[in-house]
Amino acid sequence: MPVSEIFCIKMNNKALTTRNLIFSYNRSITFGFPDINCAPGDHCIIVGPSGCGKTTFLHLIAGLLRPDSGEVIVQGTDTVRLKNEEADRFRGKNIGIIYQKPHFIQWLTAFENLQIARYLNNLATENEDMNHLLRSLNLEDKAKSKPSQMSQGELQRLSIARAVINKPALILADEPTSSLDDKNCTEALDLLKRQAEELQASLVIATHDKRLLDHFPNRIFL
Amino acid sequence: MNIFSLNRKQIKAKPLSSILNIFLFATGVAIISFLFLTTEKIENQLNNNVAGIDLVVGAKGSPLQLILAGIYHIDHPTGNIQYKEAFELTKNPLIKQAVPLALGDSYRGFRIVGTDQAYPDLYQGQLKEGMLWKTDFEANIGFKVAEKTGLKIGDSFTGVHGFIEDAGHAHDEHEYIVTGIFEETETVLDQLILTNIESVWKIHEHHHEHHDDEHMESEGAHVAEAEGAHDHHHDQAHADEHAPANEHEYEHADKHKPGHDHTPGSDDGKEITLLLVKYTNPMGAITLPRLVNSSTNMQAASPALEINRLYSLMGVGVHTIRLIAGFIIIISAFSIFISLLNSLKERRYELALIRSMGGNRNKLFSLVILEGISIAFIGYLLGLTLSRLGMLWVSYYTETNYHYSLQQWFNINDFYFLFVSLVIGLLSALIPAIKAMRTDISKTLSE
Repeated sequence: MPVSEIFCIKMNNKALTTRNLIFSYNRSITFGFPDINCAPGDHCIIVGPSGCGKTTFLHLIAGLLRPDSGEVIVQGTDTVRLKNEEADRFRGKNIGIIYQKPHFIQWLTAFENLQIARYLNNLATENEDMNHLLRSLNLEDKAKSKPSQMSQGELQRLSIARAVINKPALILADEPTSSLDDKNCTEALDLLKRQAEELQASLVIATHDKRLLDHFPNRIFL
Repeated sequence: MNIFSLNRKQIKAKPLSSILNIFLFATGVAIISFLFLTTEKIENQLNNNVAGIDLVVGAKGSPLQLILAGIYHIDHPTGNIQYKEAFELTKNPLIKQAVPLALGDSYRGFRIVGTDQAYPDLYQGQLKEGMLWKTDFEANIGFKVAEKTGLKIGDSFTGVHGFIEDAGHAHDEHEYIVTGIFEETETVLDQLILTNIESVWKIHEHHHEHHDDEHMESEGAHVAEAEGAHDHHHDQAHADEHAPANEHEYEHADKHKPGHDHTPGSDDGKEITLLLVKYTNPMGAITLPRLVNSSTNMQAASPALEINRLYSLMGVGVHTIRLIAGFIIIISAFSIFISLLNSLKERRYELALIRSMGGNRNKLFSLVILEGISIAFIGYLLGLTLSRLGMLWVSYYTETNYHYSLQQWFNINDFYFLFVSLVIGLLSALIPAIKAMRTDISKTLSE
């Protein structure tokens, strides 16, 4: 059974809009961010040199940070206005995040790391979807491995798996290809795009990797 | 997957520190629970066995020793007293009841007590089988004696001089016959062999000629047998020669001694070990001990006073050990606290990750709290098990040495202590949990 049939198709009105986002770490460092408009199923790329606030931007979109002012509208919901608890819950359900470094819970296996993402959102944790997903990402035989026993590439694929496991409308990826060579870069990108398309999800990538520019017409420069 | 399986996994993720914390906690719990168990049992045993006895009259010496020998049958008696003198005392109107005891022999470590039939009544001893002893060399045995030695009605056995198994001279010439077995009373009665005083007298009168040998053999078991001319009694003016038993029937003059069945011969030279006394009224407590101690060759000791003295001696030790155990528990609480806090530093990004995946703060909070509580709970269970093992071990020791069992599996304090343990686990996890809840997830995840 192809993955597209397993994941039900989500109908999104508007995947992501940001307006007038301003964020300051302290008085001397203030970031202003350009607006994003991303239609459902569309992808966009945030490009800029290191240290210009790409990760901060992604975290603002994800609701991991709160902006000083401005709006982040995901799926028609202004996530800035949500309370902490609601923001966590909303993020868990609607946003999948692929971090720059592979962050995993070290005392859980690859499979359990996927399970916990579902458990934390009160979704069934014994699900055939997860096996299918692991199979489609070529991680089947690593299901019972701890993150420490997996290679860099495997961890990245597992990151992707975890980002899509809850069928989010929005997938955020922070420098997903910066450490990869050209061949692996294309592979990883294809994988991401394929997963996003199967879910009809929007993909937002923050990167300084110029190789990705050609793949995304919707570009935001910082 | 649920919070408990996650909790189990996070505890297993760092086995060394978890095990250390569990053991620390268990040690504290074990010591305290063990003390609860044994002190309660010891206090119960001490109190039950007093059985309303107000005063013990015996030879001069340590009053505590007199109580331990006369009531609990643990220590060796202080010596013997003149039967005649003791008998004179029982005429005092302040004495409601006086039960004489003649000690000195044992059978397989169980003491043979020459007494009258009022003695089992002190402990509400009911015969399970057979009947009370009537004539010489008939014996009734306690529940535990029957259980451990396998003696049955009609069986015969011979006593050994002294209180230690195989240590004394065997009185092979005189066999006791078991005529009755008592029901279990959970008092000292269970571990005694009762017979009449005359039997004890006769056995020792017969063995008088072996006296010197006996003394050598039973040096360790400093017995006060019911005969007089024993070396270690010389200084107590008991060196008089043992008078042969007089067959002359003796109308028992003591109206205060119901069930008193033995028929002592001429009192001269006859000795008993001690006298258990009950007062007619509280006035006895004021005048009798002083009367005995000042005007007779005997000593009066009050079980209540001596046991209180023993408690206060024991109490210091128990209190100290409890304090130490308390310290161990506090240290283990700190250890749980510190290891949770440390692991929090290591796991900060995991906890941030959990939140970024949609796990709310409450889940995070409960995950850390649960770890602390689980360690305390497992430590508590392990401690409880250890305390029971310790109890069994000590009970085995007291059982083989003193025939007192300290076996007790349940103590109400354990319930309170469970509650205290969980609170300690909760408190030691509280600050780490609050810190986990406040983790800046964005900062942690982008580090």
